[in-house]
Amino acid sequence: MIEIRFHGRGGQGAVTASEFLAKAAFNEGNDVQAFPMYGVERRGAPVTAFTRIDSKAVRNKAQIHEPDVVIVMDMALLDAVDVTAGLKTEGKVILNTGKSPEEMKKTLGVDNPVYTVDASSIAVQHRLGSKVAPIVNTAILGAVVKATGMVKIKSLIDVVKENAPAKKEENAKATEQAYNEVRGEKIE
Amino acid sequence: MSEMKIVSGNFAAAYGAKLSRVEVVAAYPITPQTEVVEKIAELVSNGEMDSEYVKVESEHSAMAACIAASNAGARAYTASSAHGLALMHELLIWASGARLPVVMTNINRAMGPPWSVWADHHDTLAQKGTGQLQFFCENNQEVLDSVIMAFKICEDADIMLPAMVVEDAFILSHTKEPVEIYDQELVDEFLPPYDPEYKLDVERPFGFGSLGMPDWYMDFRYKIAEAFEKAPEKIEKVNKEFTEIFGNDNGGLIEEYKTDGVDVLIVTMGSISSTSKDVIDELRKEGHNVGLARLRTFRPFPVEKFREITKGVNVVGVMDRSYTFGHGGDAAREIKDALYGHRDLILKDYIVGLGGRDLTPKILKNIMLDAISLQDKGLDKEIEWVDLRINQERWRR
Repeated sequence: MIEIRFHGRGGQGAVTASEFLAKAAFNEGNDVQAFPMYGVERRGAPVTAFTRIDSKAVRNKAQIHEPDVVIVMDMALLDAVDVTAGLKTEGKVILNTGKSPEEMKKTLGVDNPVYTVDASSIAVQHRLGSKVAPIVNTAILGAVVKATGMVKIKSLIDVVKENAPAKKEENAKATEQAYNEVRGEKIE
Repeated sequence: MSEMKIVSGNFAAAYGAKLSRVEVVAAYPITPQTEVVEKIAELVSNGEMDSEYVKVESEHSAMAACIAASNAGARAYTASSAHGLALMHELLIWASGARLPVVMTNINRAMGPPWSVWADHHDTLAQKGTGQLQFFCENNQEVLDSVIMAFKICEDADIMLPAMVVEDAFILSHTKEPVEIYDQELVDEFLPPYDPEYKLDVERPFGFGSLGMPDWYMDFRYKIAEAFEKAPEKIEKVNKEFTEIFGNDNGGLIEEYKTDGVDVLIVTMGSISSTSKDVIDELRKEGHNVGLARLRTFRPFPVEKFREITKGVNVVGVMDRSYTFGHGGDAAREIKDALYGHRDLILKDYIVGLGGRDLTPKILKNIMLDAISLQDKGLDKEIEWVDLRINQERWRR
């Protein structure tokens, strides 16, 4: 079982990201579950979403308290939310920032593997959202797939192309670009 | 061809209504039910679903519209939650008294104050005396399946009663998981069009909703009681038929999970049943002789079935996601009723997860271990509130 937690802001597409990842994993033959933190969401407010993936039936319907992977889509959240809360010892962190993984490791104060990608710039390049509020979900997913190998990049791109509500090709390109640009341990 | 989709419990309910070829939908939005009616509105507006969609100003009116439609011989559906359901109360009773097979989805949500939009069974169980059949779902597939099955059961000439298919707020309503959306032709074979013996028809007039004088009223109520007595058998039969056609067995009255010859029987309802199955597997691996009974049908309450499955059981541990003040957890109390004079065993009621408090495998395991421990130490208390702020350390360790 792989348990993933997304941290984003309302409007960035964290909930959609959790679903796209679930769909890609399902298409590879896994059982999956995707759900938002049960809140009363508003645009701009912190949003948490989750994905569970397993080759066996996913029956656990509790929230995820000890994730294997944490994804942070907005760096300003680091001041407001304890994003690494409950993260497993070997759990991975994927951040939307242009800074290096080494620097972010220090900022977060963790020994976990940390990966970074400038998903906001990639989203802006592909005209996803605006410069002030880029929609970074499809880009960050490309980085997640490269950092974790939990699904094949082709499976993810197929899901993005099929399910993105608009700008399907641009979203797919953002996914691929982030997949190629993410930095971190064991990534050439 | 049937198709696997990753959908929420709310979308599963909407697809269930669509596949049932519901003819009239009247509903008022409320969190966390809104997506059900939004999805249906979308399906109707884009022509995928051939229904009359009636916009109403309240839940009370929603059920009133469904009652009128059903009385006119149409298959009617609505959905609500918590305070919306409470506002519908009067009409829930009317629908059963008028013998109208209206099916609704209720998203189990806590009642305020304090305001809460999260999972809790009290809203549904506060309506347990309204003459509605009540089916508690464990996952999104079951939500879709149960809507279809509910119409089949309710429209049976021996039953003619309304039903509530219920799913837990957010844990199912907003969680997406794989759901099989069946082939329409297959559903059509299973569920023929609704064709009641009596309906509003100017060519063949009857009086509906008229006065019942004291020399008649009681006999009408007895007819409803008789229908409820026949319902358990129909529910099992329809579940069996559904399983044969669609391949998904949802358990009928009670789903038994590894219950053969167990010493300790755990009873759950709704979404925690799914998590509990993982915990049961873990405990059995550790050598405990424990199994799970998922109470799926709360109305009619499966009295006979409970007597049957508790043969040889020493302890029954019941998890109630509801509490009736001055009484206790709803399921535990009714199981005691069912077993009175038939079984000599220990029964403990665990009050859990009110207002959406999360139930982790760890907490569920601690509850089950507590129930197991009663075999040696005997009953310590009848009702235990689990994971309160004052006792969290015990249940989360």
